[in-house]
Amino acid sequence: MNTVVLLTLTGLGLAALYFLVASGLSLVFGLADVLNFAHGLFLGVGAYATWWAAGNLPGAGPDGLGFVVAVLFGVLAGSLVAVLVELVLIRPLYSRTIEQVLVTVGLSLAGVALLQATWGADPRTFPRPAWSRQVTSVLGAQVPNAGLLLIVAAVLVLGALLAFLRWTRYGLIIRAGVENREMVTALGIDVRKAFTLVFAIGGAAAALAGALGGVYFGTVSPGQGGSLLIFAFIVVVIGGMGSVVGSAYAAVAVGLLQQFVNYYGTSGLGDLCVVGLLAVVLLLRPQGLAGKVAHA
Amino acid sequence: MTNSVVDAPPAQVPDELTPGHSRWHGLRPYLPLVALVVAAVLPYSTVNLPGIFEGPLNSPGTLQLLAICLVFGGLAAGYDLLFGRTGMLSFGHALYFAAGVYGTDILVTKAGLPLWQAAVLTVAGGTTLAALLGAVALRTVGIAFAMVTLAFAQVGAILVARDFGGLTGGEEGLPLDVSGLPSALVGVTNTVNLYWLALAYLALVVLVVHRVSGSPTGRVLAGLRDDERRIGVLGLDPYRFKLVAFTLAGGLASAGGVVYVLIVGGASPHITSSELTLSLLVMVVLGGPGTRWGPVLGGVLYMYLDHRLTAFGSSDAVDSLPAFLSHPLSQPLFVLGTVFILAVYFFPGGVASLRTRLTPLLTALRPPR
Amino acid sequence: MVEPVLSVADLSVRIAGLHILQGVSFEVAPTGVTVLLGRNGVGKTTTLRAIVGLTPRGGEVGGTVRMGARSLLARPTHRLVRDGLGYVPEDRCVFAGLTVAENLRLAERRGTTPAYDKVFALFPELDRRGRQRAGSLSGGQQQMLAIGRVLLNDNRLLLVDEPTKGLAPKVVTEVAEVLERVAESVPVLLVEQNLAVVRRLASDAVVLSAGRVAWTGDARELLLETALTKSLLGVGAEVKA
Repeated sequence: MNTVVLLTLTGLGLAALYFLVASGLSLVFGLADVLNFAHGLFLGVGAYATWWAAGNLPGAGPDGLGFVVAVLFGVLAGSLVAVLVELVLIRPLYSRTIEQVLVTVGLSLAGVALLQATWGADPRTFPRPAWSRQVTSVLGAQVPNAGLLLIVAAVLVLGALLAFLRWTRYGLIIRAGVENREMVTALGIDVRKAFTLVFAIGGAAAALAGALGGVYFGTVSPGQGGSLLIFAFIVVVIGGMGSVVGSAYAAVAVGLLQQFVNYYGTSGLGDLCVVGLLAVVLLLRPQGLAGKVAHA
Repeated sequence: MTNSVVDAPPAQVPDELTPGHSRWHGLRPYLPLVALVVAAVLPYSTVNLPGIFEGPLNSPGTLQLLAICLVFGGLAAGYDLLFGRTGMLSFGHALYFAAGVYGTDILVTKAGLPLWQAAVLTVAGGTTLAALLGAVALRTVGIAFAMVTLAFAQVGAILVARDFGGLTGGEEGLPLDVSGLPSALVGVTNTVNLYWLALAYLALVVLVVHRVSGSPTGRVLAGLRDDERRIGVLGLDPYRFKLVAFTLAGGLASAGGVVYVLIVGGASPHITSSELTLSLLVMVVLGGPGTRWGPVLGGVLYMYLDHRLTAFGSSDAVDSLPAFLSHPLSQPLFVLGTVFILAVYFFPGGVASLRTRLTPLLTALRPPR
Repeated sequence: MVEPVLSVADLSVRIAGLHILQGVSFEVAPTGVTVLLGRNGVGKTTTLRAIVGLTPRGGEVGGTVRMGARSLLARPTHRLVRDGLGYVPEDRCVFAGLTVAENLRLAERRGTTPAYDKVFALFPELDRRGRQRAGSLSGGQQQMLAIGRVLLNDNRLLLVDEPTKGLAPKVVTEVAEVLERVAESVPVLLVEQNLAVVRRLASDAVVLSAGRVAWTGDARELLLETALTKSLLGVGAEVKA
């Protein structure tokens, strides 16, 4: 029983990480049709910016309020990079899907290399608040606090995203744009502003994943984003591109499946099951669990 | 999913040079043959090209680098069968190359098969794998297809990294057991034979891709790239044609893996990474998708730069630069990634389009007669 | 001749190597309904989409399109629409996952008051069904929503693409009635296949054939000439009133 609770909660922690990366990917893809390989870079920027801020930024630190400031700085940096990428690199190629993918591919290669050039290829120890290293007893299982932190953060982000999509004008434009971008412009709306916005949101969520993932794993390295990105892609496809709720369901399914099979089966088998799940979903429901609708 | 068809790269029309170059014109069809002969006799040269290669042309180090470049030229040309000629954006091509590398390595080293049996089995296996996975992946189109192929390739990477059954050697890789190999392919002095093998592989791929794209099937593939619906209207099944292209490209990639494992003498897990597929994409786009020589040039150039930029990065010239310049420049992927982004913006046709782009300039510069 | 609200001159569109429009020229009168007719595939929808700037990527557009003194081509769609070019696309294109109220809210613009009273007077159904998902509306109701969405703002010209396509005969009559009332206040360029609707609404007609203008003139005149109608539109000789 204890093991099941522990595996469930660590699986959900993993799911939270996937969701933070996948929700932005999914919105960016759903609205702008951009398969963003540079999304892992936003995660890396968030992680390194948090790491840097904790050591160097006045007012920020590895603990207490200072840690919150450091994470905020990281999220802001990730969001800023995402907006710059959209404005400078993606927007000039508006509606030229292939070129946009190619640019993000180039960016992911160059960006990771740049992180590596600046801070080295080896993992760096991540600043962690003392409490995040402790465990909390949940139903008799000793669960790492860092995992719980991820879950709480992901739930908050999910709630905030849904409220944003449901209640704001830009949320409305994004939901409509995911369905039919052309028709949004035919109602007199400049849909490209919404593109910039989803990049900013996606970049912020990914950067948050980078910062909290750093706390969870205890280290940060340039390639971290890339390996997470592939599973985030899988989550996006399973969940249905453009659907935030679909991403959340899919992230939970993938996180739990991976954690349980890796524990009860051989290590690595869980990862394979996830790809198997992807194949099954695609054969049965090619549009993913939620189809191309940004549900509020 | 909205627009299901991935926008294809622009079709390349080989535009002929302006009149007045009739002698050049007459020679053009034979140029590939000339290039092949030059490449074939190159190992007999002892020319030293300081700065370009570290040793004379016929030194084993240079020949090995050239052989790797040739294999990747072939690999890129095979990948272009999917991307440039059919408009399919696969992010999992590394899987079939890795299948070739690891398949040969395991069959030779672990099962002790003779090389030719291992090679035949591996290529057959790699082709079958491509057919099976392609049959599933091609049920999706466009970006979803890209993601599915990426996921399948990730399975390959996981299998290799987790070292199930101790077959792959995990992170360490699996050195090739050379004791059972033909002696002509073993040892530093025989690097030249591996070079010729790589050249033969490249020639084979170019020939196959050329024959296929000139055939009726190739015209259907080009049609799929330009507008899939039109092919459907003609009563042809896009799925079957795409599967043929996917399987063929997969088979060619696994054959490339067989050659590659012989050249580098073993398998290492980085060849299973999605980064390798992304590199293939970069090679094809840099060279010029859908052209006969563009992808080959792109592949050769990319691998050359990837190897040489490492040396360049640690050279004195770069070291003397301020840190904010020298650090990024010492990362080959930073340089290549940046060049790639610039190429997407400014040279959409790749290296192969440079000549046509330069023609007006050259014409303008030529003194009037 | 009064100044036309829209003048199209030598419009040509080439998509994926196909020359779909080959020099189309016509004018839209500042009042009433001008109908764009022709057999399937002659380029009616392509014409409307080119006017509103929605030619697919890779398509080449040539010629000129003017609304008043302003040239429309090469300006982004959302600007054209904000300048008073209302577009009701083929197949309605309502946002199926959004509610009726949200579909309408999307069309609101900063700085102007949306004319909800006008729209709800025309379509009381839209008021009643505000919380329903647009995807669950009937075809006729979706068409009403698509038209209502555009009427929330002031328009100088409406482009309406096959509003009665796939609707039941009774609903066709309703849609025609609504368009008749709409056309009292704003000129309409209408693509329509149903000749009964054309007879009821249209004052002027432009007939396209194979990417060119084959006939322009008074709509009633065209419909009276059964032989002409048959040769241009490929419909039976008897046109029911």
